[in-house]
Amino acid sequence: MAEGENGFEPKIIGFLCNWCTGAAADLAGTTRAQYPPNLHPVRVMCSGTVDPVYLIKALLSGADSVMVGGCHPGDCHYVSGNYKARRRIAMLKNIFESLGLDADRIWTRWISASEGPEFAEAVREITEETRQKGPNPLSADWAL
Amino acid sequence: MAKSATLAITDGQLRAAINGLLKDLLDKEVVGAILVPLAHPAGNNVVPTLVTSSDYLERADVLAPVMPVNAARIIQTMTRLTPANVKTAVVMRPCELRALVELVKLRQAQLDNLYLIGIDCPGAYSVADYAGFAAEKTSDEFARAAWHGQEDPKLRAGCQVCEYPVPLMTDLTIGLVGQDLSQGLVLTASSARGEELLEGLGLTTEAPDAVAKREAAVSRLLEKMKGIREKFFEETKAEIGGVEKLSEVFAPCIRCYNCRTLCPVCYCRECFFDSPTFELEAERYLGVAGKRGAVRMPADTLLFHLTRMTHMGTMCVGCGACEEACPSDIPLLKIFQLTGANVQKLFDYTPGRSLDDELPPTTFREDELEWIGEK
Repeated sequence: MAEGENGFEPKIIGFLCNWCTGAAADLAGTTRAQYPPNLHPVRVMCSGTVDPVYLIKALLSGADSVMVGGCHPGDCHYVSGNYKARRRIAMLKNIFESLGLDADRIWTRWISASEGPEFAEAVREITEETRQKGPNPLSADWAL
Repeated sequence: MAKSATLAITDGQLRAAINGLLKDLLDKEVVGAILVPLAHPAGNNVVPTLVTSSDYLERADVLAPVMPVNAARIIQTMTRLTPANVKTAVVMRPCELRALVELVKLRQAQLDNLYLIGIDCPGAYSVADYAGFAAEKTSDEFARAAWHGQEDPKLRAGCQVCEYPVPLMTDLTIGLVGQDLSQGLVLTASSARGEELLEGLGLTTEAPDAVAKREAAVSRLLEKMKGIREKFFEETKAEIGGVEKLSEVFAPCIRCYNCRTLCPVCYCRECFFDSPTFELEAERYLGVAGKRGAVRMPADTLLFHLTRMTHMGTMCVGCGACEEACPSDIPLLKIFQLTGANVQKLFDYTPGRSLDDELPPTTFREDELEWIGEK
């Protein structure tokens, strides 16, 4: 992995749904779309299966940002999983804000199976913004 | 049927008047059992007790300033699988009632045959502080002082910043707010079951003046608590905001899980944190330590508390049982009230207000939170 100018390469854990954002990631790969290698994808069956505990765990264990990728609202393969995911993510971001933690390290993108270029663009955007932020102070602390 | 009634207080004996009412409920066979706080013979605690013989009700002390457990938990244990088979009255504080409403929505408790009697709550001390109080004062003295607006810095943290010291959802309210407690208190029924209780007790004369007095005093009280809470949230945010301060707050955590055990709405039969999900093998822990140079053990202390906030935040009724249970004096109530209140505001949700309000994590609206997932 090429290091940035300040020597910091962000690590991003992405929870990508099997039917939309995960498929878009495959499409980005098969069409040779270029995007940074900083996103580590975890395939989940639906964004609605991602309990906030996994996002917090990632942010406490070395991730500089986390991303949840699901189908566009209204297009969930399981009808309403992404609407429930949306509530959970809003809740988690709200709690981070209350506690003075950086809620902007929690990302969400709704990307359909045909949107390979959009997926590549999202990874570029998240990687760049996280690089600007610098290392996540939560994952640097051994005593939490 | 009457919706309200006054209960006369003879010789200023508030506790005796309430106990007489409860005694009537059993003696007149309005209900077959009552779950109510009774003074423990040891004299240092007042404990929820299931009573079927009215002889024991002399010991009842519903205004005693102590709440050893949130009684919603007891109703959960009793009715999770099968509802009560005998008409049972339960006398509860507002935060206990609210927790019970949440548990019913979570299908952890059933209200069939239960008659909810809520009290206007003057607050409580920790169990340890109560023993000292009980040696010197009576619950009557305590309740009178509380409603005369005397601030009491020794009250439990949750009671100091209580949002709803009056019942939200209940069948019958034992109303003390705005009443002359040397003379009488007001009973108000807010459901058919509540009216059934008044009817069974033979209380058939409406008391509109006392009701109006209480309502006016209640809105003043809620307004006052709102002001106290706003200040409390500001101070708390300054006190615990940011990674460093949060790390400091949870530094004394011994991972006993008492907060989880005593929380009335933390309901899972098997907790995620008792599962082996994040219990790693030596190799993995050593790997984590190797990467970072060091890792606190047991691991995942902040993860545990943050996760509980995401799981319980919308349902937190602010009873403060978590903070009472903490052997390390971590200000859990503060943290849970701050995060809980904001999450509840996000979904315009008041836990314990009504059985019709859906639990926010179990439902959704199509046209909401559109800023999530936007570029």
